Amino acid sequence: MSFLSRLRRFPFWGWFWLILGALYFILPLYATFAFSLSWDPADPFKAYERSFGDSRFWNSFLLSNILALATILASIILVVPTAYWIRLRLPQARRLVEFLTLMPFVVPAIILVFGMIRIYSTPFTIPFTDIVFMQPLTQFKAGTNILIVAGYMVLSMPYMYRSVDTGMRTVDIRTLTEAAQSLGASWFTIITRIILPNIRSALLSGALLTFAIVVGEVVLASFLGVNAFGPYLFLLGQHRAYEPAALSFVSFLLTWIAMGLIQLVTGGQGQAAGAH
Amino acid sequence: MTHLALSGISKHFGDFTAVRDFNLDVKKGEFVSFLGPSGCGKTTTLRMIAGFEIPSSGMISLEGADITDKAPNQRNVGMVFQSYALFPNMTVAQNIGFGLQVRKEKESAIKDRVKEMLSIIHMEDKANSFPYQLSGGQMQRVALARALAIRPEVLLLDEPLSALDAKIRVSLRAEIRSIQQKLGITAIYVTHDQEEALSLSDRIVVMNVGEMEQVGTPFEIYNFPTTRFVANFVGSLNTAEAEIVDPNKGTLIMDGARLESSGELKGRNKGDKIMIAIRPERLSFLSEGKKENVLDGKVENITFLGSVVRVDVTIGGRKFSMDTFNRPSLELPKIGETCKVTCSDKAVLILKE
Repeated sequence: MSFLSRLRRFPFWGWFWLILGALYFILPLYATFAFSLSWDPADPFKAYERSFGDSRFWNSFLLSNILALATILASIILVVPTAYWIRLRLPQARRLVEFLTLMPFVVPAIILVFGMIRIYSTPFTIPFTDIVFMQPLTQFKAGTNILIVAGYMVLSMPYMYRSVDTGMRTVDIRTLTEAAQSLGASWFTIITRIILPNIRSALLSGALLTFAIVVGEVVLASFLGVNAFGPYLFLLGQHRAYEPAALSFVSFLLTWIAMGLIQLVTGGQGQAAGAH
Repeated sequence: MTHLALSGISKHFGDFTAVRDFNLDVKKGEFVSFLGPSGCGKTTTLRMIAGFEIPSSGMISLEGADITDKAPNQRNVGMVFQSYALFPNMTVAQNIGFGLQVRKEKESAIKDRVKEMLSIIHMEDKANSFPYQLSGGQMQRVALARALAIRPEVLLLDEPLSALDAKIRVSLRAEIRSIQQKLGITAIYVTHDQEEALSLSDRIVVMNVGEMEQVGTPFEIYNFPTTRFVANFVGSLNTAEAEIVDPNKGTLIMDGARLESSGELKGRNKGDKIMIAIRPERLSFLSEGKKENVLDGKVENITFLGSVVRVDVTIGGRKFSMDTFNRPSLELPKIGETCKVTCSDKAVLILKE
């Protein structure tokens, strides 16, 4: 094959758009990384050393990770059976549920958090009595953590629900369920041993998106007074120049590691290989 | 003794009646097929036996116990689906052993049963393969083994061969029948393929618009269809209107030609119009000495179908198809020639509307 005919067969525009897209994502990241190294030419990693040496970083980062894991777990418990039941028994409710899951895009987080504070900062009384059923959730630490996880669940709902729903679409949920039932399986067995393993990569995608949202979230954490990673990064950015850039780069790196882990765990194959 | 009994089963979806007054007794070890066109209610009936649909009325009993409202996972009924429905996240061995694990059987017992099932379906070498690594025929054999592994009271098969190519379909249906006979398991098989139903079944239930049209052995269904629907649905058929001349002797007039029928004409009167049917293979060219049921015809077309030759003949303005075995000594009239066609009185079937 001559050079010219090879050149003609080369997908120029395909590569052009791919490289352009890659630059769009990589250049800001590179700029952030380069900036984070420019604090002290004698010690390029000074911003990283300072950031990692700060106990507030570790505390807020650890807390955000715990909150993210709690949100992912609670979301899976809520979303998987819901999406499964809608696909199996209530297909007519799908549009309504999809609309509800999109609400976080319509209602800003600031409204959500003010609504939560307003409702949960007063004690719960049994209707028509003065008997206090539950103290205000905002008055104790565990209560606030429950509130923030619930808020994160709402914010991540569009991503988690859609990931799970798309995962279920690729598997013949109804027939697999009936096959398992005919073999004697209970609902719990069907969900844990048939449904969850077959939507594994969809779940991981949803979990990753939830993780990214929770770790970077500022509004809920700030207004509920939770010392999470988002507010810490925000405050740092107001007073310092180089450390926030270093921590942003670390956040990106963590996200990429998570994506790599997904590829590793799923073996790079679709969760529904062989499903009919 | 009746193993599975369906008594007065009906199923309504809103205003639509999918199954109406279905009654059937199935003996232990019997292979019964539900045969009918799409939408006739055969799959709905099967799903009611499996427990995936609850009958609107009627009762289903297994070994004398009422299972009408029992959950699917408490019926001990194995099911094979058209789409295989193998669990993609499990290997062949894990798929087969799933039902036993759910029943909390001992690990050694599960291993032994899986091994036995793999040997029955001749797939010992595929124990560790995943479903996506198997062909359609192999997947359906695994699905069969999985359903059989739990030793079900009844095996339900919902068009299990529809997604397979013709050659595999024929070999697998023979395998299904042989395994069913070997294990002596009661089986209900849903199909719209008459050849499948005729070749596999002890009995066939022909269904149409939610109702049972006829129940009988493949021989009875094919040779003695009682309704026009069954006659038309199972095999090829020539149908015509005839008038009763003598109901006691079974004498009829069809387009001016006199016919004798051994079919049931009780309760009919002279002059009544009835529908008759004759299978193409029951018609033949006139042999010497024959006097009854001789019809004058004209050859319209001759088609070679391999082992069979189909001759289209016009008799009294009506087209009849006639099948004859293809052999080297076969002598056929030419297209356009007149001929005499005959059949026995047993070949003239009287149809209910």
